[in-house]
Amino acid sequence: MSLIAFRGITRVYGQGDARVSALAGIDLDVASGEFVAFMGPSGSGKSTALNVMGCLDRPTAGSYTFRSLEVTDLVDQERARLRRAWIGFVFQGFHLLPRSTAVENVELPLVYRGISAARRRELAEHMLDEVGLADRRHHLPSALSGGQQQRVAIARALVTEPQLLLADEPTGNLDTARSEEIIALLARVNREHGQTIVMVTHEPDMAEHAHRIVHFRDGRIESEQRTGRTP
Amino acid sequence: MITTLGEALRMALAQLRRNWSRTLLTSLGIAVGVGALVAIVGIGQGASRSIEQDLASMGSNLVSVEAGTGGGPQAHVSAPPFQDRDIESIRRQVPHLSGVAPMASSSVTTHYAGLTWSTSVTGSSPDWLGVAGWTLASGRALEDGEARSGAAVCVLGETVRENLFGDLDPLGARIRLGDADCTVIGVLAAKGENTMGMDQDDLVWAPVRFVQRRLLGTTGVDRILLSVDDAANTDEVLLSLDAVIRELRHVRSDATVDFQIRDTREMAEHVGGITTVLTGLLGAVAAVSLFVGGIGIMNVMLVSVGERTHEIGIRMAVGALQGDVMAQFLVESATLSALGGLAGVALGVAVTAVGATVLEVPFVVVPAAVIGAVVVSAGLGVMFGWMPARRAARLEPIDALRAP
Repeated sequence: MSLIAFRGITRVYGQGDARVSALAGIDLDVASGEFVAFMGPSGSGKSTALNVMGCLDRPTAGSYTFRSLEVTDLVDQERARLRRAWIGFVFQGFHLLPRSTAVENVELPLVYRGISAARRRELAEHMLDEVGLADRRHHLPSALSGGQQQRVAIARALVTEPQLLLADEPTGNLDTARSEEIIALLARVNREHGQTIVMVTHEPDMAEHAHRIVHFRDGRIESEQRTGRTP
Repeated sequence: MITTLGEALRMALAQLRRNWSRTLLTSLGIAVGVGALVAIVGIGQGASRSIEQDLASMGSNLVSVEAGTGGGPQAHVSAPPFQDRDIESIRRQVPHLSGVAPMASSSVTTHYAGLTWSTSVTGSSPDWLGVAGWTLASGRALEDGEARSGAAVCVLGETVRENLFGDLDPLGARIRLGDADCTVIGVLAAKGENTMGMDQDDLVWAPVRFVQRRLLGTTGVDRILLSVDDAANTDEVLLSLDAVIRELRHVRSDATVDFQIRDTREMAEHVGGITTVLTGLLGAVAAVSLFVGGIGIMNVMLVSVGERTHEIGIRMAVGALQGDVMAQFLVESATLSALGGLAGVALGVAVTAVGATVLEVPFVVVPAAVIGAVVVSAGLGVMFGWMPARRAARLEPIDALRAP
């Protein structure tokens, strides 16, 4: 039973002559516990597919079921609740609140889940320890390196123990050594906690850490390959 | 909505502290409006209280009857005065009167031991003391016999005593009052100034007949002061007075009268009405400035939502619902506005204190107005923050995340 099922997912931007088809009918299944990498050139639709999966964007047509729930039937509020309950995000641009410390950033998702301040601090500190930033808790993002910022972002995504972790070019802004650290961290999370991960990447080296690589081109899935790793 | 109000308040305060200069300037708009409202209500209340005190010092349940009807084309400017027998009839026929005081006034120059003082003399009956709300500081009041005979005796107001006698004992002294002499038999307790700044103690009280014969050369009076035994009987007294005086002056019931009757309540309503209208007008101006302050808040919140679009996107991506975002911005604008309201209350109380001193009215702080001002300003924040907050809450998370 797959966690995610895309059937004929289409996403069209703009109107009239300016219409751009970002996704032109995609069928895709992701099983629970799987680590999938999306690859493809810029504008091939891989990020759009990820955003639709994360309920950040709405498909123009097609069916998306998440845990057997038809997401396309949901109103904004329900999609936001689904996102809050099951999904964590890691972005290329980190997207940390610039004037909040590392630990405050990690606490943020817990604020919206009604968890007490003391418990939030405890969970957030534990998660920062997990990603190796115990000594950087009270630093502002601007005082952290890119790799450290991305680890804060990963801690923030994981602190709610989401079933699905979506990563949009998580290593895109990092050098090779930092990229290796981040991808190793994601792989460990997938292995140890069984969290399903879908990651968009440009780099074949990074994609190699996934179980399966899906290649996008012109809004369609061009091919899929297994890396030999298994859940 | 999952975030608690406390959480939203904490975020709001952090945000407002970060942009402290903007917070200061925006809340200033509300502070000025609230301050103006608090000050106007405070000074208005002070003025009302001052007028009430004046009226109380004039004597309670007072009714005045005047010959003539004042200005206007139909005015009987030279209406006949009230004679002694008219006053006797009123005293006998009108019920519920506790005092009747005919009023004959004249400006006089007083002399004693080489000192001179210009004042006014009030010729009246022994009832005047109670009717006009005076008490004696020393000596005694006029007696009925003296009033009837027009004896040459007088009671001094504090200002007159001070200026003619200083430290000396005035009782028993003979002073010159215009062209006549009189013996001082008493001194009135001081009342001080009234709201208009007039010295109420600058007067001499003498028998009405003495003033008429020796100073004015007339027999009647143009004005009578009466006091009613109980405020509840005022209407009955007014009706009865009207009927009695019409009969005395042979005025048919459908004819225009050549006298007018007024009571303290009417005077109070008249003066109070002016205060209320003024307070209302100034209050409206203050309300407009409060509205402008509210627009300032809306403006700043719109700018803030624009600047923080990316932040809103992040919050939505990590689990904020529309309600959470809405609450965050509403609490922020309400807090901003309430801070302005608090500052405005302080400002308003300070202005009231200064205004009360300058205008010489009692310093009154109305707690309801203070609490109301803070609550209303927080409400204004919610009202004017609504549109910006809704704009924030309705952002598409994906668009908001892409914002710089």
